[in-house]
Amino acid sequence: MSTYTVTTRTPASTVFGLCAVIVTGLLVVAPAIVGRGMIQDLFFILTMLTLAQFWNLLAGYGGLVSVGQQAFVGMGAYALFGAVILLGLDPVAAILVSGIAALILAVPTAYFAFRLQGAYFAIGTWVIAEVTRLSIAQWKAVGGGTGTSLPRSAMREMWGVEAIETLLGVRSSAARDILAYWLALALAVATIAGIYWLLRTKRGLALAAVRDNAEAAKSVGVDASRMKWIVFLVSAFGTGLAGGLIYLQKARISPDAAFSVTDWTAYVIFIVVIGGIGTIEGPIIGVLIFFLLQSLLADFGSWYLMILGLIGIAIMLFAPRGLWGLLSERTGLHLFPIRRRLTGGRFSDKET
Amino acid sequence: MIWVDTIIQGILLGGLYALFAAGLSLVFGIMRLVNLAHGDLIILASYLILILVTATGMNPFVAAIVAAPVLFALGWLLQRFVLNRTLGDDILPPLLVTFGLSIVLQNALLEGFSADSQRISLGALETASVSVGSLSFGVIPLLTFASAIGVILGLNQLFYRTGIGRAFRATSDDATTASLMGIRPNRVFATATGIAMIVVTISALYLGTRANFDPSIGPARLIYAFEAVIIGGLGSLWGTLAGGVIIGVAQTLGAAINPEWQILAGHVAFLVVLLVRPRGLFPRGND
Repeated sequence: MSTYTVTTRTPASTVFGLCAVIVTGLLVVAPAIVGRGMIQDLFFILTMLTLAQFWNLLAGYGGLVSVGQQAFVGMGAYALFGAVILLGLDPVAAILVSGIAALILAVPTAYFAFRLQGAYFAIGTWVIAEVTRLSIAQWKAVGGGTGTSLPRSAMREMWGVEAIETLLGVRSSAARDILAYWLALALAVATIAGIYWLLRTKRGLALAAVRDNAEAAKSVGVDASRMKWIVFLVSAFGTGLAGGLIYLQKARISPDAAFSVTDWTAYVIFIVVIGGIGTIEGPIIGVLIFFLLQSLLADFGSWYLMILGLIGIAIMLFAPRGLWGLLSERTGLHLFPIRRRLTGGRFSDKET
Repeated sequence: MIWVDTIIQGILLGGLYALFAAGLSLVFGIMRLVNLAHGDLIILASYLILILVTATGMNPFVAAIVAAPVLFALGWLLQRFVLNRTLGDDILPPLLVTFGLSIVLQNALLEGFSADSQRISLGALETASVSVGSLSFGVIPLLTFASAIGVILGLNQLFYRTGIGRAFRATSDDATTASLMGIRPNRVFATATGIAMIVVTISALYLGTRANFDPSIGPARLIYAFEAVIIGGLGSLWGTLAGGVIIGVAQTLGAAINPEWQILAGHVAFLVVLLVRPRGLFPRGND
């Protein structure tokens, strides 16, 4: 007598899971081993990865192609500056305010943008990001159109900085970078784990069903519009947290930089498209390639963006599932498997 | 009286936005494709006219006539060999490809022409104006508005009075059945984008002569065009003109109150219309 079990795990994913734990462990101790420049690079990679995972959740799983994610980066960043400068909050605690502010902005944004379909949704989110940018530029207390910096005193007394100074024997400015890096690592790991968990739950199944065929999904009782709301709000919250963290590290803000469509949306879209949209692995590969290209081509200024754009177009035309899609098609490899398979029982793999 | 003047300036500015929007609307109407590079294509066309004017010293209007076939060809090739590959049920490929194209165009223009702002000079015509009573209107804004009406009339004639217009409407309704009747949708789409590029050339002429432009301003033009299309209601060209006028009036009124509010006021007007009439002011049947 044998019973069936439903499982998503594969041998490859188990091995990968172990590797991921080791890599994460190495990343945690990295500040003790590598220099400050490397930590800043890793910070950049991890925050871009977080933004890419949330955009991928929106576009790849939710079918909501937003070109307005910079609204939530900028809103999160400005909420952090506002909370620190005006309310005197500790910058680390203010990151939570970033997420909440982005979440609050997401409610009216979704209310307006969900009235628009497909491509018009994309431009609609862009308009709302512009409205937010122009409105924030009127907020004189945080520098209006020219921007402002985080006060030095708040930066010096930030939670954990002193502990890191004594623990690793580094100067205060390096300790701040390390703190920001650890927060970025925690956020990226939590994002990936959270999205993976979400996709494996009943809600994740509903989401995949809506993406594949909204009408069919509705016919079996999936509330498609509720799924859209959940995905949009979760993405906004995460993007806001990342935005707050990015500007905590930069310590200087202006509306044009914080609401930049190139930095916070175009780059993110290219990362996801090049790596592979609709997979968790895609953005990870994408961000590594993106960083490599940036290091190689950074001196070429606008040529760099042109090349990035052309690569994005070529991938979309000839390999729409991205590099990870190509690889996983050929090898059948899934590092974050979501597909449910039946094992055990009479028709298990071993007996056939 | 100053308010009347402001509103009239806004209406005339709306003509320019309607021109931006007409090309976008044409392409969307026929192949359900939203070209995110539309604004950057307008800027590209402005630079092409500028080059012709500075290199040969020809009149900008003549330069636009010379540029139009070049841009028609560019649009035709772009649609035939790149954008047609992206059409289908999935909305991601066309969006991401045109978004990539927008980034490529912006940076190519930046590389070629630097970030300095440019203007196409029209000589005395730039400052010429017509007076009616105590009001005076610039000749260029009047010409822009007249051209917008002309383009919309022309496109409507093209749609409803010509063979190619019939092909456009048939392909728009049902590409598969149209192709059974001997229409090749790929060619029809390429021609449509070519025609949209002629409208782009006309908009570029007025954009470049009315104010300064530089490689970075394309996306903002795309947004104004998009707002005009949504306010007017998808598929209605006259509605698009009304949408352009609403954005234009909102912007000039906003600017009259506080110069920093110009752009914001246009966006707010759009959001209000979206809130009150989600399908626009003049929606077409079921879409």
